[in-house]
Order: sequence, then structure tokens, then C-alpha cells
Amino acid sequence: MSQNHNHPTEHHELNWIQKYVFSVDHKVIGIQYALTGLTFLFFGFCLMMLMRWQLAFPGEPLPLIGKLFSDTTMPGGVMLPEFYNSLGAMHGTIMVFLGVVPLAVGGFGNYLVPLQIGAADMAFPKLNAASYWSYFMGGVIMLISFFVPGGPANSGWTSYPPLSDIASTGQTVWLLGMVFLITSSLLGSVNFIVTIVQMRAKGLSFFRMPFFVWAQFVTSFLLLLAFPPLEAAAVLQLMDRVAGTSFFLPSGLVVSGNPLTIAGGGNPVLWQHLFWFLAHPEVYVLILPAIGIVTEIIVNNTRKPLYGYKTLVYSVLFLGFMSFVVWAHHMFMTGMGTTMSSFFQATTMIISIPSVVILTCLIITLWGASIRFTLPMHFALAFLPMFAIGGLTGLPLGLTTSDIHLHDTYYVIGHFHYVVAPGTLFALFAGIYHWYPKATGRMMNTLLGKLHFWISFLAINGIFMPMFIQGIAGVSRRLHTPTMYAHAQAVQGTNVFMSCSAWILGLAQLLFIVNFFMSLKNGKKTNDNPWNGTTLEWSTPTPPPHGNFTKPPIVYRGPYEYSVPGHATDFIPQVQPN
Amino acid sequence: MSHDAADIQKHIKTYIGVFIALACLTALTVAISYLHLPTKEAILVALFVATIKSSLVAAYFMHLISEKKLILYVLVLTAVFFVVLMALPALTDGGSFRLPYVP
Amino acid sequence: MSSALIPYIDEPHPVTGVTNSKLGVWLFLASEVMLFGALFSSYIILRVGAVTWPHGSAILNVPLATLNTMVLITSSVTMVMSWASLKMNKFGKFRFYLGSTIFLAFVFLVVKAFEYGAKFEHHHFPSTDNFYGLYFTLTGLHGLHILGGIVVNLYLLFPGSKLWKTNPEQFAGRVECAGLYWHFVDLVWIFLFPVLYLL
Repeated sequence: MSQNHNHPTEHHELNWIQKYVFSVDHKVIGIQYALTGLTFLFFGFCLMMLMRWQLAFPGEPLPLIGKLFSDTTMPGGVMLPEFYNSLGAMHGTIMVFLGVVPLAVGGFGNYLVPLQIGAADMAFPKLNAASYWSYFMGGVIMLISFFVPGGPANSGWTSYPPLSDIASTGQTVWLLGMVFLITSSLLGSVNFIVTIVQMRAKGLSFFRMPFFVWAQFVTSFLLLLAFPPLEAAAVLQLMDRVAGTSFFLPSGLVVSGNPLTIAGGGNPVLWQHLFWFLAHPEVYVLILPAIGIVTEIIVNNTRKPLYGYKTLVYSVLFLGFMSFVVWAHHMFMTGMGTTMSSFFQATTMIISIPSVVILTCLIITLWGASIRFTLPMHFALAFLPMFAIGGLTGLPLGLTTSDIHLHDTYYVIGHFHYVVAPGTLFALFAGIYHWYPKATGRMMNTLLGKLHFWISFLAINGIFMPMFIQGIAGVSRRLHTPTMYAHAQAVQGTNVFMSCSAWILGLAQLLFIVNFFMSLKNGKKTNDNPWNGTTLEWSTPTPPPHGNFTKPPIVYRGPYEYSVPGHATDFIPQVQPN
Repeated sequence: MSHDAADIQKHIKTYIGVFIALACLTALTVAISYLHLPTKEAILVALFVATIKSSLVAAYFMHLISEKKLILYVLVLTAVFFVVLMALPALTDGGSFRLPYVP
Repeated sequence: MSSALIPYIDEPHPVTGVTNSKLGVWLFLASEVMLFGALFSSYIILRVGAVTWPHGSAILNVPLATLNTMVLITSSVTMVMSWASLKMNKFGKFRFYLGSTIFLAFVFLVVKAFEYGAKFEHHHFPSTDNFYGLYFTLTGLHGLHILGGIVVNLYLLFPGSKLWKTNPEQFAGRVECAGLYWHFVDLVWIFLFPVLYLL
């Protein structure tokens, strides 16, 4: 019989630091990831709100807080182009690498996966803690970059050379920060995969796992195999910047009239290949946990089994695989040649199929259901059409011909924000409202939550829908002063509308923040299973103790036995024998 | 994969055998390089020999040959993506980058 | 601390046939394949796109590197022998073989340092051209991995070896995992050597 040979005999009390700061308990680490991630999301959001002032009122001094900024960033409260670029690069970096992924994977994944598979913790608890602190270090380094001479990175979150190779010191700090973040992800992904493969409870076969766990499983493989090429690229770019190599610098490069004294012979497109080899799977890392969360919440609130569970599993596996062979659809304009462009166009079209299948299964799950419009369900339901818009607007980008017109325009920004903002972020909010009672024993306030939902929903569409108009009109992204071009001047009105929507969206998040902290003390107390869920996390005490289950659970059935005919209740927990 | 002393003795014989094979293959690959074959052939031969050497290390030193299939599946999946990463960027015309205008 | 009950630490899982650590190390090695793969891919692209590219043997010292290759291969043998010794309950032999592995790893690094020094003396740096850039970066990253392996092996030889007395199965598992990593570092060199020096 398999045994652990840890020594659980010593039960000395842990001090506060061991229990809450350097904890190795997956639940504490999950909450650390979640809180840190949410903080960075808010910070990244603030960066964007600054940018939106410049976009709506180019060249105007920022009222009230404008004078708080230095002369190197906003002299007289007027945003310099270099600072605009920095804000853009750091907004993207922070939202993707310091906000969404840590919350979705580090937060939700860490907290829920061991619970949902009936494990006592992750396979490597100390490694788990190391992952979090590596992420934390990466975040600190990224924040430090704001204070180095020349400011933080300003070559886009994509850091394309030659610009990034010759950029100021902040770019080097960005690269160092990325090394810590990539390390964190790699350690975490190993942990997730081993945990899911090796530590499922008795009776929990792979096809009895909640779909959320499948989603995290595939996500971890994406992180494991796609991140290293970016690490390699970061090493090469560091060499270019610090050791004077020319991996990404072509011969004959001239900067501000002066030829660079470099060996040359480098290839800027090489960076793009290595970067996008990661960054494409990365966008599936952004969406898959969200799809997992939405699935759990939708099934729970329709009180019906998930439609097409096996189809969903095979789709997400296929999606994960395909995500590795589509990356150059971000590079259609680099002169790849028609053969390779056609190849990547084809794979990109193919990868849309599993996404549609997944969305369809979720929609069919709703069919004929007696839907409970709980607070999490609001966000989960909204996810569906928002993700659909995001996905559909990806099609003209994945088709090479239309991409000629739309590449590097606001259309792209609209597309990916639809998927990540009213897509993933809404799913993450849904997840917080849904699992908050399990972690705290209290419900979040429904009125505040519904206000948060409706204002956010309207405002977020107000920000991103007009971007498609701007993109089709030819407005480029990363443009400090849109009004310098006639074609952009023509749609400048949308910028004012979008910026006002952004500021309203920002204010609406205060409702969430207040609700989150207020409910810790004043939220309605609840039992272990307020939503009458079937999956294993709902059969633990609330909050789950160290070790999670009072005795190792045994699983008798699949994850979605709702409204089983002939049964007294409309749900049967997985751990219930009969 | 439990072992008793006799089992391990057999393994040790294998390890020595693999070591000798690796030494010979190393000598072989260096010797062939002195032939200065044309580039394409040189690459193919060198990579072929390297693949054999690495297969020996993986199979016997890393015990892959006696592991259950799970590890193999992970490695096959990795190998597929590895090949993709080798081949696809080189196949795009971006393989030879030239600035349009060199002053 | 009161730790949660984690199974399959020193006994393999009945279905997968591996312990958690072994699976973990193999997954980590898969990520390392992608890391060095990306660098090899960069090598391919930069070389294919180059106007001229020197033959490795014209610039680098093939006999010295061949010696280093044999040093590393030998260290792989001593590494697996150190694990085999544990399995045969011969702790003394284990220490000898692991110590030899560490020693050979140092020899490898010393030879590398000598190679680098010779290059620097002749004013050849990573910035000289992309051949040198790739040579220093690839062997440098590989060298850092060797250093990492030395640190792990030193830990297992000295403070970590205490575990042998209380939990020999788990300790042998750790040595086996360290061995997997070490063999991988050898594997990378098996490809790096011909690519950089012989082509």
C-alpha cells in the first residue's frame, strides 16, 4: 500500500510567519496568489486609465493628479510619448503575467485542484511556496523598473527588437523580471501535472474529474512546454543588451543617424518566433481556467449534467495541442512567404473549432434548464457571448488577407480584450463570488455584486466595442497621439466615449473591493455547501483545514450528477455512495 | 522498479557496455568530421550519431527502457513540439533577414 | 511542521509506475528540452541566414572538447553507478561514485574556463560575431546547468546523505532523480558538441 513517509507526529504550533507568509499549504498559497494577482490587476488597470486620458484628450494636462508626475513622464501633467509607451508595455505585461495568470492558475488552480481531486495538498508543497515567492520577486522587479533611469520597458509587452535591444535600462529589468515569472510558472506547472496524475482520490478516474481540473491540466502542459523558448529568447536579448551580441540586430542598423557598432547578422524575426511560440499558448493559458470556472458555475446553476463532458475533454486536449502550431498568425506581416502563411492560417482556422465546440456544449447545457440566476451565474452567463465576440473577431485576424488591413490596429486590441476582459476577467469574478463562501464561510453581498456586474458589463462593452470601429478605420495601436492622423481624427469621438467608459469601469471595481473585504466580517454566514454542488470541494469543512479532508475521500460517481431521475435531491455529491 | 543485488549487477554490465559504445561513437563522430563532408551530409551524419548516443543514455542510464509508458508519452509530445520549433521558423522566409536599405 | 499526507514519495504509483519526484523531474526535463530546443532553433535560423559561417573546427579546439565530452560521459556512468551502489546497499561506494561525478564535473568546467580564457585572450567575445555569440551563450547556459548539478550532487553527498539512515528508499529516489537531471545535461552536450565544434 502506498505510504507517505513524512513525519506527521510533530504537531508543534506554527508561528504567524510560517502559517500565513511562508506557508506550504496550497490554500494559503492560492489565496496569496489571488490577492497579489488582484492587486496587480488593479495597478495595471490604473496604468490604462492614465493612457485613456491621453487618448481621449491628447496633449491636455491630466487634472488633479497630473502634477504628481515627474518631468520625465508628464511635464506639466502632459503625457510624454515615451511615458505613454511605458504605460502600454507595462499595462500589458502586468495584466497578463502578474495579474490574470497568477489569479487564474496560481490562485484558483492552487486552491481548488487538490480539493477537487480529493488530495491533501499539492504533490510538492514547498515547491509550491517557491513558485509563489518567485512570482512575487518577479513582480517586485517589474515594479522597481518604474524607478530606473529612462523608466520601465517601453517596447510593448511583446518587446520586439531592434527597438527593445536598444531601449533604456528598464527593458533589462523587464527581462530579469520575466526570468523570475517564467521560473514560477515552470515550477507551478510541474506541481499541477504531478498532483493531477498521481494524487487523485480512490475512485476519481480521469473521466470523473471536474472539467475545471482538466482545464488546469492542459493549461499546465502549455506553461511547461511553451515558456522555455521565451526564457531562451530573454537570455538572447539580455546578451544583446548587456554583452553586445547581435542575435536580433541585423547588419547595417542605424539609430538616430548613427550606425550601430555591432557585428550584425542578427534576425529580429527570430525574437518574434520565440516570443510568440510562448505567447500564443499563453493566451490559451489565459482562457482555459476561465472556461473551467464558467463550466463549473453554469452546471451548478442549471441543475443539469454538463452536456458533452467527453466532447469537452477531447476538445480541450485538441485545443492545447493545436495551440503550439498557430503562433505565426501574429507574424503574417513579417514576409514569411505564402506557404508558411497558408500553413499557419490553416492551423488557426482549425483551432477555432474546439473553441466553438466548447462554447456550444455550454450553451446546450443551458437548454431546458431551470436556471438559478445567482450572482456568480450573472458573470458566467455573460462570459458566453463576450467570449463569442472575442473569438469571432479573431477570424479576420487569422485570415491572412484581412489581417493585412487589421494587423497592429485597434481591431486587434478589441479582439483580445474581449476575450480577456469581459471574457476571462468576468469568469474570474464569477469564480470569486462562487468560491468565496468555501474559503471564508460567508457569502458576498448580492446587491453590491449585481451592481458591480451590470455597471461593469455595460462599461466594458463601452470600452472595447468601439475599438473594432477604430481598427477598421485604420487607427494603429500603440499610438500616443491619435489625432495626428486624419483617419484617426475622424473617429476621435469614440476615444472620448471609451475613456469615460473606462473610468466608470474603474469606479465600479470599488464596489467589488468593498464587497470583498466587507463580507469577510459582515457577509451572511453559510454552510459547507451553499450552492448545493457535487464536486469534492463542497464536501470539506469550511474553510478546509490543513490536509483538507478529515479522512481520505472515496469517489463513487462523476462530477455532474444533478437532477438524477428518482433521486430525492436534485444533486448527488461525488463522495456519496448511494 | 524494485531491484535486488543480482538485478543491479546485470544493470552494471549494461552501464559499462553503454559507456564503451558512447566512447566509440564519440571517436566516430570526431573522425567523420575530419572527412569534411559537404554541409548537408555532415549535419545528417552528426545528428544521426548524436541521436544514437542520446538514445543510449536515455534508455539505459535514465532507465527509460524499463519505465511505464507515461513518461514516454510526455517525451513523445515534447519531441513533436521540439521538431515544430526546429523546423517551422526556419521554413519561413524570415530565416534570412536583410534590412531593405543599408546606407 | 505538521505536513499533509502526500502519497507516492518513496513508493511508485501503482498505475504510472513512478514516484512523484521522478515524474516531476521528467516533466522538468521536458521543459529543458524546449529551452535548449529554442536555442538550437536560434542557431539554425542565424546560421541559415548568415552570409558566411565558420566551420566549428576552424575556431574551436576539437581535441580539447572531445576530451571534455569523454569527461562528461564518464561522469554520467559514475552518476548511475552511485545510484546502483545505493540499491546494493553499498553506501561507501555510493560516496565514491558521486564524489567522482562531482570531480569530473569540475574538470569539465575547468576545461571550459580554459577554452573561454583562450578566446578572451585573443579578443574573441560573444559580441565578436553570432558564431561566438551562440558558442558562448549555448555553452554558458549548459555550464550553468552543470554548476546546478554540482550543487545538487554536493548536497546529496554531504548534508542530504543523512536521509539514507532514516529513509533509504526516499534517498535512493533523490539520487536517481539527480541522476536523471545529470544525464540530461550530458545529453545536451552530446548534441552541442557536434553542432558547435564539428559542423
